[in-house]
Amino acid sequence: MTEVTLSKVVKKYGQHQAVHGIDLDIQDGEFVVLVGPSGCGKSTTLRMIAGLEDISGGDVTIGGRVVNDLPPRERNISMVFQNYALYPHMTVRENLGFSLKIAKRPEQEIVKAVDEAAGILGLDELMDRKPAALSGGQRQRVAMGRAIVRHPDVFLFDEPLSNLDAKLRTQMRVEIKKLHQKVESTIIYVTHDQVEAMTLADRIVLMRDGHIVQVGTPLELFNRPVDTFVATFIGSPPMNLVDGVVQGETIVLNGSISVPLPVTAGPLTNGQAVKFGFRADNLMPIGHAVEEEGAVHELDLSVTLTEPLGTETLLFTNLAGVEVQAKMFNPRPVTPGEQLQFRLMLDKCHVFDAKSGQAVRG
Amino acid sequence: MTRRRLPEWLVLLLPAIIVIAAVVLIPLLFSLYSSFTPYKLTRPSTLWKWVGTYNYEKILSDAKFWAAFGRTVLFLTIVLNVELLLGLGIALMMNKVTWGQRTLRTILMFPMMFSPILVGFQFKFIFNDNIGLVNNALQSMGFNVALPWLVDGKLAMFSIMFAEIWMSTSVFAILILAGLFAMPRDPLEAAKVDGCTPWQSFRHITLPFLMPFIYIAMTIRSLDVARAYDIVQIMTGGGPARRTELLWTLMSRTGYVDARMGLANAMGYVSILLSILFTIYFFRKLSAARAELGMAG
Ligand SMILES: Nc1ncnc2c1ncn2[C@@H]1O[C@H](COP(=O)(O)OP(=O)(O)O)[C@@H](O)[C@H]1O
Ligand SMILES: [Mg+2]
Repeated sequence: MTEVTLSKVVKKYGQHQAVHGIDLDIQDGEFVVLVGPSGCGKSTTLRMIAGLEDISGGDVTIGGRVVNDLPPRERNISMVFQNYALYPHMTVRENLGFSLKIAKRPEQEIVKAVDEAAGILGLDELMDRKPAALSGGQRQRVAMGRAIVRHPDVFLFDEPLSNLDAKLRTQMRVEIKKLHQKVESTIIYVTHDQVEAMTLADRIVLMRDGHIVQVGTPLELFNRPVDTFVATFIGSPPMNLVDGVVQGETIVLNGSISVPLPVTAGPLTNGQAVKFGFRADNLMPIGHAVEEEGAVHELDLSVTLTEPLGTETLLFTNLAGVEVQAKMFNPRPVTPGEQLQFRLMLDKCHVFDAKSGQAVRG
Repeated sequence: MTRRRLPEWLVLLLPAIIVIAAVVLIPLLFSLYSSFTPYKLTRPSTLWKWVGTYNYEKILSDAKFWAAFGRTVLFLTIVLNVELLLGLGIALMMNKVTWGQRTLRTILMFPMMFSPILVGFQFKFIFNDNIGLVNNALQSMGFNVALPWLVDGKLAMFSIMFAEIWMSTSVFAILILAGLFAMPRDPLEAAKVDGCTPWQSFRHITLPFLMPFIYIAMTIRSLDVARAYDIVQIMTGGGPARRTELLWTLMSRTGYVDARMGLANAMGYVSILLSILFTIYFFRKLSAARAELGMAG
């Protein structure tokens, strides 16, 4: 059983504090993704778990054991690095078997484990090549193979896919997910890409400026963002946000258009400044909408720009002076300037306090 | 009628070709030719007497030559290895230093800035058996000895090696340090995670990466040491009684003191073989080490 816990973990680089006392419990076998904009302290956190960075404060435990002062080799973890970090002077086979060789395992066991890993990752043809003779995707595979031969308690991934082209990235994403189903180990995965986070994670940890902003399943973060930062970071396109003021049972957007308060919104006071948020998926032209239950508000808006994506088209329109995006399903060609009637799915809308950015939810 | 003209590239290269021919090619051919004559500086007419391989046969059966040859090989081996170990140690330590590293690096280069002649004089003084620093230091520490540093054969060899090592260890240190700077950090971190102790990381990751740098230093230094002349000449002059005679002091003695230039030149060609062998050896190693790292081609 390998839970990983962080309690009040702090990292300071001199005066600069990179991680501000974060708490996190990771279950055995869980796939947790640390995501956030670059520079928010994801790698630093991961490297503290790995033992590559000293911990300035707090405790990290792996499998119930405080590992603060243990070197990486005593933590039984594997790490996959962004730049692959293969050993340039060793063949693929030697790269894969290196950790077992260092651990002085018997020769047959090494051969067996290496062949097994090579089989899983489709490396059989490449075993006698040096890293310099491999493509980016192949190197990435070797780096992953090197991590799995040891059957570690915890896998750590630091942006393993960010050096690959888009197509390969999608492909490797699937492989990582399959790998997790196969090995069932705990995985902590760092990325700045919210799509990777959404597709891979059992649970997402969203970080910002060295703090954890929200922890939850991908759908929790998508459907119930705790603040405007989460709302705009998770999901593509980012959530539309329009400034407004609460007036009775409505919100007046930028002093012009008023929409009914969503029933999901929590306690609000009259005259409170808020940000009204909704996703493109929840603003759809009539006749091209996904039929859904729930309260609907209709709006007449003129389209300024279109982005056809095939199964749907993104429509850019103007709502109370703010550019917002809407989605047209089963799309037909739309010319800019065309006036369309839209349905806004009120039950899926969010209200955030304008000052703090926190969601106000019932 | 147009005059035939030399091709343009040849005209442009001609000055360089003439200079090289004058300062390199002609002396080289001349010395090669003279090694087949009994040429003595004191009797120029001997230059025209062809004796075939007589000089070479004489050298190959000359115990003094072989002694100097063996001593040179020994000198090379010891000096290069000690310089490698010290240089590696210094580079590894310097790599850890975070404060004042630039200054240290500059200081490290100081010995290389001195002329070998000066270094020779300096150590001749340091190791002098009467007034030298070493013996004085020993005596003031209570050892009532006056070690004959430059007189005893073994001690003199040691003293010369010491001077040579003092002067040139920084060549290794600087080149290896450059290697350490160029070394990617990721594989070292991967090794840590893969379970390596610091020693294992060094042995399996750092050292293979440094090998090309080490062989470059070895190649440069083997050429350097194989023609070590100045330090030896100043410190002992190959003496006492030829106990520190290396190939180059023997050659210069034969050529200029005994004036037997033909014989000296023959020695030169034999000893060049030694240099070439060392160079080829290290170059092979260098290519192999680079291929290891996937840097070849
Ligand atoms: N070795 C270091 N020395 C000083 N500051 C560092 C060091 N490593 C990272 N930082 C700082 O810590 C913060 C977090 O960095 P990092 O964890 O690498 O971010 P991320 O991986 O989320 O992009 C950044 O502001 C970065 O500048
Ligand atoms: Mg990072």
